[in-house]
Amino acid sequence: MYEGAVQDLIDELGRLPGVGPKSAQRIAFHLLQADPDDVKRLVEALTEVKQRVRFCQTCGNVAEAEQCRICADARRDRTSICVVEEPKDVVAIERTREFKGRYHVLGGAISPIDGIGPEDLRMTELMSRLASGEVTEIIIATDPNLEGEATASYLARLLRPMGLRVTRLASGLPVGGDLEYADEVTLGRAFEGRRLIDV
Amino acid sequence: MPLYRDEGIVLRTQKLGEADRIVTLLLRSRGKVRAVGKGVRRTRSRFGARLEPGMLVDVQCYEGRSLDTVTQAESLASWGEAIARDYATYTAAAAMLETADRLTEEHEPTLQQFLLLSGALRSMAERAHDPGLVLDAYLLRALAVAGWAPSFHDCARCGAPGPHRAFHVASGGTVCSVCRPPGSASPAPETLALLAALLAGEWVVADASDVRHRREGSGLTTAFLQWHLERGVRSFRLVEREQPPGRPPARSALGTAG
Repeated sequence: MYEGAVQDLIDELGRLPGVGPKSAQRIAFHLLQADPDDVKRLVEALTEVKQRVRFCQTCGNVAEAEQCRICADARRDRTSICVVEEPKDVVAIERTREFKGRYHVLGGAISPIDGIGPEDLRMTELMSRLASGEVTEIIIATDPNLEGEATASYLARLLRPMGLRVTRLASGLPVGGDLEYADEVTLGRAFEGRRLIDV
Repeated sequence: MPLYRDEGIVLRTQKLGEADRIVTLLLRSRGKVRAVGKGVRRTRSRFGARLEPGMLVDVQCYEGRSLDTVTQAESLASWGEAIARDYATYTAAAAMLETADRLTEEHEPTLQQFLLLSGALRSMAERAHDPGLVLDAYLLRALAVAGWAPSFHDCARCGAPGPHRAFHVASGGTVCSVCRPPGSASPAPETLALLAALLAGEWVVADASDVRHRREGSGLTTAFLQWHLERGVRSFRLVEREQPPGRPPARSALGTAG
């Protein structure tokens, strides 16, 4: 146990996800020894992120204005929406540079055991976005786990009667991996989603 | 640290740190254990896909002080994948997994609960019966295995031969007119027959039951379970009991399953 301010800092750092008491202590002492300007920049970054960053009114992604950079971009395809669980997933898909449409962030996945149902996610907002009739395809990119698959099933059931093309991201083998190390679930899905080779 | 190997059903998973998960397993011979699956959230994990809720796996773990660690996992049946393809089945399976988690204690072997849950998950994955019926059958039998078997014929208080009309959760099932406490429910005789069939595994009777009796039976089953568990099961709020339009009927209803 340390004196006042140091212990307060350790306690606050220890509340962050993935930071245990030892890590909190290490970060606190690093900050104590760091250049005052570096610490000032960190403080300003933290304050600014809380003051300026909010969630996009259209898609739920992180934004610094009413709309995020992607929703405000007129060059993005308005006919397709990619549905993801978290803003982190938007960044992962943007890194591929394959998708030119827009996104919709649900804010999680349906998980009955955690008490999270469809009404706790941004499903109503998604339905409102479809009212204009501009969107023709919904790409469901929820995590490839049980909750993600169930959320995809729920969405597909909701969206198909609206006459939309509802697609799901393919599951398969990681590029650069060896086939022998693939688990049977992933390999089974890779077989299920096999494609014709165009030559 | 001692290593062990066992068959188990994944009851639930919780995120831990950057890429790990705490996996709650109901093992065939060791009962419920909680183990860390290291790196299983990474796309390159060798066994992450096998440690999803509803999977039957052959696991190897080493014992830890509070949590064990999964070192290997081989899939024996991936019921979870088939279950997640249908939302109503998924919500019913989630309620079963949560109930199994609540009814079992860590490191207390309970083979009957393991066999019961594996049978129910297999039935759901194969779409053998309506998922709501499988859920209710599982709940009633899991309670019976835990020592809280409800009575649907004789009086739960005095043992007077039935059938009786009143049902009282706290008394343990149907009660005769003499024992009937205030506030007892009066379900339809067909509902009590359905619940007795679900408890006994008489699927021909259960599959032929009417929707309103299933609904009434589900209410009684849920109330009975929650009263014995002394707290709510969160998943029940989201269980989708009614079949939405366009959903294919259970295989048994088409005469293809027994």
